[in-house]
Amino acid sequence: MNHLLQEEEQPRGAKIRGRHPVDQLEAANRFIAATAHEMMHDNRLWDLRKKRDAQMHAIPEWEELRQLASDIKSHTLDHLADYLEEFEHNAKKNGIHVHWAKDAQESNQIIGDILKAHQAKSLIKSKSMLGEECGLRPYLQKEGIAVVETDLGERIQQLDDEDPSHVVVPAVHKTRTDVSKVFVKTLNAQPGNNDVHYLAEWQRETTRPYILSADAGMTGGNFLVAETGAVVVCTNEGNADLSANTPSLHIVTVGIEKIIPKMEHLAVFIRLLSRSALGSPITQYTSYFRGPRRGGEMHVVLVDNGRSTRLGKPNFKPGLKCIRCGACMNTCPVFRRSGGLSYGSVYAGPIGLILSPGYDPHKYRNLPFASTLNGSCANVCPVKINLHEQILAWRGELAKQGELSLSKKVIMKALGKLYANPKAYRQAIQMGDKILQYLPHFVVYNRLNAWGRQRDLPEAPKKTFHSWYKKHYMNGKGDEA
Amino acid sequence: MSSREEILNRIRQHQTNISTSLPKVPNFFDKSVDIIDAFKKSLLIMGGTLLLVGDADPLQALKEKIKNANVICSMVPEIKGNRELNEQNLPKELDDIDYAIVRASFGVAETGSICLTEKNLMINTLGYLPQHLIVLLDPAKIVYNLHDAYAQPEWYSVNYASLHSGPSATADIEGVLIRGAQGVRSLSVLLIS
Repeated sequence: MNHLLQEEEQPRGAKIRGRHPVDQLEAANRFIAATAHEMMHDNRLWDLRKKRDAQMHAIPEWEELRQLASDIKSHTLDHLADYLEEFEHNAKKNGIHVHWAKDAQESNQIIGDILKAHQAKSLIKSKSMLGEECGLRPYLQKEGIAVVETDLGERIQQLDDEDPSHVVVPAVHKTRTDVSKVFVKTLNAQPGNNDVHYLAEWQRETTRPYILSADAGMTGGNFLVAETGAVVVCTNEGNADLSANTPSLHIVTVGIEKIIPKMEHLAVFIRLLSRSALGSPITQYTSYFRGPRRGGEMHVVLVDNGRSTRLGKPNFKPGLKCIRCGACMNTCPVFRRSGGLSYGSVYAGPIGLILSPGYDPHKYRNLPFASTLNGSCANVCPVKINLHEQILAWRGELAKQGELSLSKKVIMKALGKLYANPKAYRQAIQMGDKILQYLPHFVVYNRLNAWGRQRDLPEAPKKTFHSWYKKHYMNGKGDEA
Repeated sequence: MSSREEILNRIRQHQTNISTSLPKVPNFFDKSVDIIDAFKKSLLIMGGTLLLVGDADPLQALKEKIKNANVICSMVPEIKGNRELNEQNLPKELDDIDYAIVRASFGVAETGSICLTEKNLMINTLGYLPQHLIVLLDPAKIVYNLHDAYAQPEWYSVNYASLHSGPSATADIEGVLIRGAQGVRSLSVLLIS
């Protein structure tokens, strides 16, 4: 196993061709073919899921907390504008500059302008999924600003010029050997030394000079508290607090849906977040920024980028409750075995299936099909998002918009006719079960049927439920067995 | 129309305004829990170290820990360091400190967290740039859980505060846990009033 991990090339993510539909299946197949990577990834994420379960069992009020979290988010989304105004009022009172960005482009521009106004040429940054969503780093680099990611996983991904594959553990798809290769190439690390302690220490040592010399620092935000006008950032490495507190300029980029009403609500979410994400009771640092530090300046950019539009879609509105813990990814059988980069979108896994088509239904039209609809994601979600129902709803929505792939259209059309005619359906089922027993392998496992590629069909029952029911009940006879 | 107005208008057009009431959050206080004992256990889970309070000299273990250190910055009157801080220091100047010693505002039994505010730290980077952090915490100031923690008055008065739960850590490479990521490599707590 270890030997294999050292030999095996890291499988790369989905091939992105502009707005062309991402072929998740193609990338997933390559990930699965890299068996050592696949096994490492699967084990690592399942371990996080098990740790999450242990935390859950240690808290008797766990289910009550989930319900509270869901209800608090529902209430907040129903009064979102008022809470955002309350936040803005209180943040300004404390000396924070508040900006509003309707989309990614405006957000990038606002941040670029703040940096230019301060003649800032270098920026240290902690992990922000919103930053990824907006394409902030490439934008700033084009504007001549050097950006250094300070989170270990995010730094690995930056140096490898690859997107993060997971919202909480960005380089979870990479082995220590993959990381070593990246560090040898980019950070002048010792060739062949893939000791994890060495690699982490090397990143610490090579990042520290950037932290000490940067002109500006940036963080995301896990929560905004309307009552106090504060931003809450949850991290483990200490890099967010360094990014925010070392340079004199601190910029926060945060989605408008991250707001909660009061401090008492913050407790509910903090109790759930890291337990759901990593299976630890709390992140090492849970930091609270209510105003600029002495001699410093603090800016908060509130970003919409499609969120206010989603709010008007009853089916998809619950997606706005997400606190980006990644629990749905860790539990998802498809995600664990295909890797986050196979989705070709900023948000991968179950949450990605329901967020991504909202940004571009054509490009991400295949994603809602990368699911078995088993509902495990919804069961672990700390804010009780009905993920599997939304995945199904997206399939319907995409069909309505004419965004089904050709193979799905052909099959759906045939099945649609069949389902519309009960008699024909029953005959087909009865025949199908018989045929399945004798059908040559290639008919079930053909290219049109992606489902059959990794699966074996169960043995067909000897008679259908309908024929059993008809025999035993429709003519008034009961069945003892 | 400004982006602010545009966003708020679109939200108002889309939000349902149905009067879903704001849930009241119970405290979930468990009277059977020994708070100090629970704090100690949680601190260890998060990777923190507990310094024993000595019989003859309560600070003995602390002094032992720092005796070979080069640069010690103490913000507590109990211990004298060799690096004085004042409010004019730049945050990055704290990079060469080996040990910082501070007093926490309060602790949280549920998570083994200690709360450090800008007042405890004077310069916020004191909690992160030094190699090691030693925290004095009054055992009477340990609250039961995070509900109690977020009911403390500090959150309404300071510009910066952070719950530290053990030292900085990462498991970003193959899930191997490393204590000492970008922030301090160790966090020790001495329970002393």
